[in-house]
Amino acid sequence: MTSLLAVLIDGSIYASWLFLVAAGLTVIYGVMRILNMAHGSFYAIGAYSAASLVGWYFNNGIGPAWVSYLMLVGAALVAGLIVGVIIERGLLRLMYGRDEILMVIITYALLLILEDGMKIVWGVSPYFAYQPYSELGRTSLGLLKVSNYDVALVGVSALLGLGLWAWLERTNQGKVLRAVIHDREIAVAMGVNVKLMFTITFVLGTTLGALAGALTAPAISVVPGIGIEVIVLAFAVVVIGGLGSIGGAAVGALLVGLSRAAAVHYAPEFELFVIYGVMSLVLAFRPEGLFGRTLARKI
Amino acid sequence: MRLDKTEISLGLIALGCVLFGFVSPGWLIFLLTIALAKALVVQGVVMQMRSGLVSFGQGLFYCIGGYTVGMGGQFFGIHDAVAALSLGMFVAIIIAMLLGLLLTRYREIFFAMLSLAFSMILFGILVKSQELGSTDGFNVHDWTLFGWAPEAGAGSQYTVFTMTVVSGLIVAVLIHRYTKAGIGVICEAVRENEVRVEYLGLSPRWLLYGNYVAAAAVSALGGGLTALATGHVDPEMAYWTTSGEFVFIALLGGLGHVAAPFIAAIVFSFVRTYAIEFVPHTWQMILGFTLLAVIIFLPKGLWSLVSREKTGERA
Amino acid sequence: MKNNKSKFSKHLVSGVAALALAAGAAGSASAAENGKFRVGIVTFLSGPAAGPFGVPSANAAKVLVEELNKGNLPAPYDKIGINGAEIEAVIIDEAGGATKQVEEYRNLVQRQKVDAVIGYVSSGDCLAIAPVAEELKTFTIAYDCGTPRLFADNPDAQYMFRTGLDASVDNIGAVRYLAATRPDVTRLAGIQQNYSWGQDSWADFTAAASALLPEAEIVEEQFPKIYQGQYGAEISALSVKRPEIVHSSFWGGDMEALVLQANARGLLEDATGLLTCGEASFATYKDQAPNGMIIGARGPFGQFAPDNELNTWFKGVYQNAYDIEPVYPATKMAQAILGLKYAAENAGVADKEIPSAEQLSAAMKGATFESVSGTVEMARGNGHQAMQGITYGEYHYEDGVASIKNAVSFDGECVTPPEGVAAADWIADGFPGAKCN
Repeated sequence: MTSLLAVLIDGSIYASWLFLVAAGLTVIYGVMRILNMAHGSFYAIGAYSAASLVGWYFNNGIGPAWVSYLMLVGAALVAGLIVGVIIERGLLRLMYGRDEILMVIITYALLLILEDGMKIVWGVSPYFAYQPYSELGRTSLGLLKVSNYDVALVGVSALLGLGLWAWLERTNQGKVLRAVIHDREIAVAMGVNVKLMFTITFVLGTTLGALAGALTAPAISVVPGIGIEVIVLAFAVVVIGGLGSIGGAAVGALLVGLSRAAAVHYAPEFELFVIYGVMSLVLAFRPEGLFGRTLARKI
Repeated sequence: MRLDKTEISLGLIALGCVLFGFVSPGWLIFLLTIALAKALVVQGVVMQMRSGLVSFGQGLFYCIGGYTVGMGGQFFGIHDAVAALSLGMFVAIIIAMLLGLLLTRYREIFFAMLSLAFSMILFGILVKSQELGSTDGFNVHDWTLFGWAPEAGAGSQYTVFTMTVVSGLIVAVLIHRYTKAGIGVICEAVRENEVRVEYLGLSPRWLLYGNYVAAAAVSALGGGLTALATGHVDPEMAYWTTSGEFVFIALLGGLGHVAAPFIAAIVFSFVRTYAIEFVPHTWQMILGFTLLAVIIFLPKGLWSLVSREKTGERA
Repeated sequence: MKNNKSKFSKHLVSGVAALALAAGAAGSASAAENGKFRVGIVTFLSGPAAGPFGVPSANAAKVLVEELNKGNLPAPYDKIGINGAEIEAVIIDEAGGATKQVEEYRNLVQRQKVDAVIGYVSSGDCLAIAPVAEELKTFTIAYDCGTPRLFADNPDAQYMFRTGLDASVDNIGAVRYLAATRPDVTRLAGIQQNYSWGQDSWADFTAAASALLPEAEIVEEQFPKIYQGQYGAEISALSVKRPEIVHSSFWGGDMEALVLQANARGLLEDATGLLTCGEASFATYKDQAPNGMIIGARGPFGQFAPDNELNTWFKGVYQNAYDIEPVYPATKMAQAILGLKYAAENAGVADKEIPSAEQLSAAMKGATFESVSGTVEMARGNGHQAMQGITYGEYHYEDGVASIKNAVSFDGECVTPPEGVAAADWIADGFPGAKCN
């Protein structure tokens, strides 16, 4: 019984993290048709920015602990905004209209550059921002002790998902964005400023990636390479859910999160295969992912 | 059998390479061997790219080729290099025939991700296999060629080099003929518009299937040769970053000519090895900028350096 | 069209020829013999292993080479450079996998003309390099990698040496430490990265535990993917089994993340952590790690290195240069360089002369040399593998100062299988011939 409860709790926590990581990826793909390999680097940049800011704050013992939570979010917003604007305006803008696969490769080149760029800025020594994580304490559920920070992350993730959904479905800007998703050319013809929508979307995506990194930073040691590890995970979640679908990413994250937690508790030897197994299974039955749109074939 | 100009020049270059091997230092032979062996895997990627599919999991067959050669020698007493390489290709073909049934239903990014998933599953299985050395892999040695054992060191290195050049030549000629033949042209048509090809009464799916299986065989050959040359195999061969490198080289070269992947692989190896030497801390960044520069200035790959002149002449 | 085709081929021929020429020219350009002793240093400069291992090692190499070239070391290493010849270090990144490392190793030897190579943290790289070192007849010291297969798979090695200890020593030592300090433990659990290192470590640990702690049982084992960074589910799975000891061979960022998360969730309060590579993050834990957590340094290195003259000197210059005490990878790199210097200066060649690989190997084989970690005997692997003791201790952090308490050392003969015996067999037979103090 305890372990069933543990699977549910661990699974939801992991799923909420996966969703945070995958949300930015799926938003960018949905609107811009760019499968962004550098998404993991945005995650890492967010983590580094947050960890260096929060680490500095606590090392100097300036003020109360709650400020550090604002700093996590603030660092991610600033980092995501700066990096997003530079990359979209400086590089991607030159490339729009190229083949979808070529865009993947461009972002792959970006990943290589950003990985070394981060090394130049932050070096290779680990950064820590553990105070926000330990500050919230933990809750005991029998033998199981759960970190309150992790539980709070589930809430943040759910709120973020709802916010994104509401923005897309309930606001004017969201409506315009959906028009761009549906048919870019018609949207242009109708007077939509697609270029501006692209900038907004890309910056939103990078900020979401940076936010995921910043919120994860307190629980980990921020070291080179953390971004590389999340790319494939995020891709898998997004592909399972259906590219470009926010709801799909949420369901995909839950599916992977719960399966993984179940594997850890009941069949640890399969843990390594869970994510690819789930992905292959889902795609075998739903080639476009769970919530993917079946595209009409062009003639 | 009539050879066209391209085939003759490919043959001459191969001969030149083999002769060049006599006078070049060991490190260069090794670098070229690995580059050419990888170029074979890249040929597999390019074959699929011509018909519009990008495989992010070609490392699967690269790894199968390498491990079959390694395991053949280690566990099944197959020490003959040609037999081991053929076995690797055979295993790759069998697996590709199975996976291809599923994979050819997918296009674009779904094909890329699913091929990546299969490659990562093999990676996971190998990591779990402690008898095969898990992530450490194992050594490949004591191989022979038609009963003849080349002397260890320079001798065997040169032998692998020659084998790689010859394999490269054979594969290049076959692919060249294939792309010039009607069926090869249809591949490009599939990339442009699959539905219209269907209207012509052809089955794009089985074409892609055949392509996938052939690409698997070529990639496995590259993997087997790499295993013979380095004398070591490990699961990293199936990791997605390895596959990413193959796509990288494929785009570097472009789809313009059968020789492009070979040239791209050699250029890539040189750029990387010198980047590592001169900027050991930021060599990845150099690779990234190189790739971006190629995409921006040479959208059709390095080969457009050659073909650009050609179109100029025509005008 | 015909014309174009032949143009094509001409381009092809000239392109390849130009490339080949360029390569040849580049090759001969750097093949200068300048009377210096060139050493290739290979360690991680990028990726997750750079921070904990690669950079401290590279830093140790840099500062030591600099001081050696000035002749600043205490005796017996007070001769300038190596055997009077100035040292020139070529530092290379180990990231990128075994195939690439074989290529880079060949470049080091054949293009850069190094006289010796020191390096390799990754076991996969060590195993791939070993046969190439024999093929190219190049004196090579593996300074850190831990696989017991290095000399088991290459029993006839002539040119390959290892001045660090193999991983079975870590885990036999860990169990001996438990048996010495906590003989009553009954519930053991483990969490390892899912790759060779973690799998081998756990196999050795569990085998040794069943021999030395017969009352103990294994209550849980977890193998998360390497570099996963988040261990929520694993920590839950461990917690519900109420272990007394949680063994882990984690390293680097994974280890720091595990300690942080397990500590915040109370696992490391209820159970004692035992980290075989724990010392590498000694300076970064601060109050994130609980007091009493058992850490090791894969031998008498880093915080566990003895207070001999060499080590005091080495800690001084390292601290001066980098403002931090050397961790175990730094000590191990220093040990490998001192080993090379010892071999070169005892190879029986004239002053300032650079000995051949054969002479270096002959001098190194079975040698006993003084190092920052005390006396090193090349007493295993047919004289190619170092044998030393190992020390474990508890981490304590009070008033902003980290320290080691309750350290216990075990002699080399106590934790190392006899010559020619595999660790697994030795453990299974109940450690025949072990000499413990």
